[in-house]
Amino acid sequence: MSDTPAPVTGIEVPINLQYEFTAGKALTRFLTRIREGRIVGQRCPGCNNVYVPPRGMCAACGIPTEEEVEVVDEGIVESFTVVHIPIPGNPIKPPFVAANILLDGTDMACLHRVSEVDNARVHVGMRVKARWKPREEWDYTFENIAWFRPVEGS
Amino acid sequence: MRQAAERALEDAGCTWKDIDALILGKAPDMFEGVVMPELYLSDALGANGKPVLRVHTAGSVGGSTAVVAANYVQSGAFRRVLTVSFEKQSESNATWALSPRMPFVPHVNAGAGGFFAPYMRLYMERYGVPEHIGCLVAVKDRQNALKNPYAHLQIPDISLEMVMQSPMLWEPIRFLESCPSSDGACALVLADEEHASRSPNPPAWILGTSTRADGSMYAGKDNIHPASLIACAKDVYAKAGITDPRRQIDVAELYVPFSWYEPMYLETLGFCGEGEGWKLVESGATALGGDLPINASGGVLSSNPIGASGMLRFGEAALQVRGMAGQHQVEGARLALGHAFGGAHSYYAMWAVSADKP
Repeated sequence: MSDTPAPVTGIEVPINLQYEFTAGKALTRFLTRIREGRIVGQRCPGCNNVYVPPRGMCAACGIPTEEEVEVVDEGIVESFTVVHIPIPGNPIKPPFVAANILLDGTDMACLHRVSEVDNARVHVGMRVKARWKPREEWDYTFENIAWFRPVEGS
Repeated sequence: MRQAAERALEDAGCTWKDIDALILGKAPDMFEGVVMPELYLSDALGANGKPVLRVHTAGSVGGSTAVVAANYVQSGAFRRVLTVSFEKQSESNATWALSPRMPFVPHVNAGAGGFFAPYMRLYMERYGVPEHIGCLVAVKDRQNALKNPYAHLQIPDISLEMVMQSPMLWEPIRFLESCPSSDGACALVLADEEHASRSPNPPAWILGTSTRADGSMYAGKDNIHPASLIACAKDVYAKAGITDPRRQIDVAELYVPFSWYEPMYLETLGFCGEGEGWKLVESGATALGGDLPINASGGVLSSNPIGASGMLRFGEAALQVRGMAGQHQVEGARLALGHAFGGAHSYYAMWAVSADKP
């Protein structure tokens, strides 16, 4: 009996799915600009709201968006959470702040980190500004902004 | 799943021979890494040769699957259907599936809790809600679970202090304010009037069903009182003749995976005004002995086999009006509400069931 191996009830089979992402017209424009350190979105001709990043359409009105709008790298924390558990496959060490950030001149928040501040001091409505990575690291990604940091006096 | 299906058949006095179709639901395939399980599950269930349809609406799927099944019977296409939903989280990791690195954006998406937590904070800030309200919901649902042998979490010494001292996961959500990862299934037999009238146990009569979907992200979306849920409730109330939900509905099973959704949903579903939901919670109205018991079964906070969680709400509502809810029975329940939500406040499904034939 002691020679009988324990029955195998499960095995781990890691799966890797690699794919090519087609950005489309609107996001291509955003990514081309963010590589130069600029942030562009699009205004919906129906509701006048500005989306960053742009998706080429407004999900509220169901119509295409074309008008390009450049915005600043500063805004407010619409809301946030302090994440205390690690994100699977992500090296960020908890606790960290994940925030819905509403850039000035835009109408839908985008998800990013808030750092360079005691987590307990982050609050709804706090003014924040982008902390860009060093220029030589810029690529076609919103991650050119490492995180957002509080604006002095906020 | 097979156990759930067989017990539902037994309860309805049926065998598979009597069932015209199988309507199946589960959460997205990535949650378990098994693609299109419905293709072999009809065989595993003993339903070979029956028409099979799978419904996909993320976490609300258990509810919308029951609605699809009800629609089929209502249309006359099938006279008796078995609808079943499930999840097996012990062999999977839903948080992993909900936290993938997306192209060109920062990898800050931290599972379902990470997405929903900022909206709970907004709710608290907008209405000045005290922090312990979420904990009260967590205690109440776990106390109810102790009366439900099918509930996954059984915490006999649950207390406000225990919940408040449990670790923060995604502020303001604590560990004990979150749903567990569960294995489980739920099955219902839905039948037309003639067959239901001959049921060996008292049936629950479906007064109305409704589903609504909405975009995940757009400018101006209200994630505290989502427009799609307001519309879903309005539709199901109109169909069921409900004009005063607080007075007319005896018990409701709401999809509350994180404690803060109870007060938010009480408001969105019209049980009280905006900003008043937390006061209902605090008053004890939503406890098993209150005048509006919510999640007498222990709810999603006590069992979360994701795909089945919505159908469990619908099934528990039915058990209440059938008088078959055992120890967590709400005395004299005649009209009950089942509710499910899914995605990024993207999908809603509801039904109202009654002990009385309309």
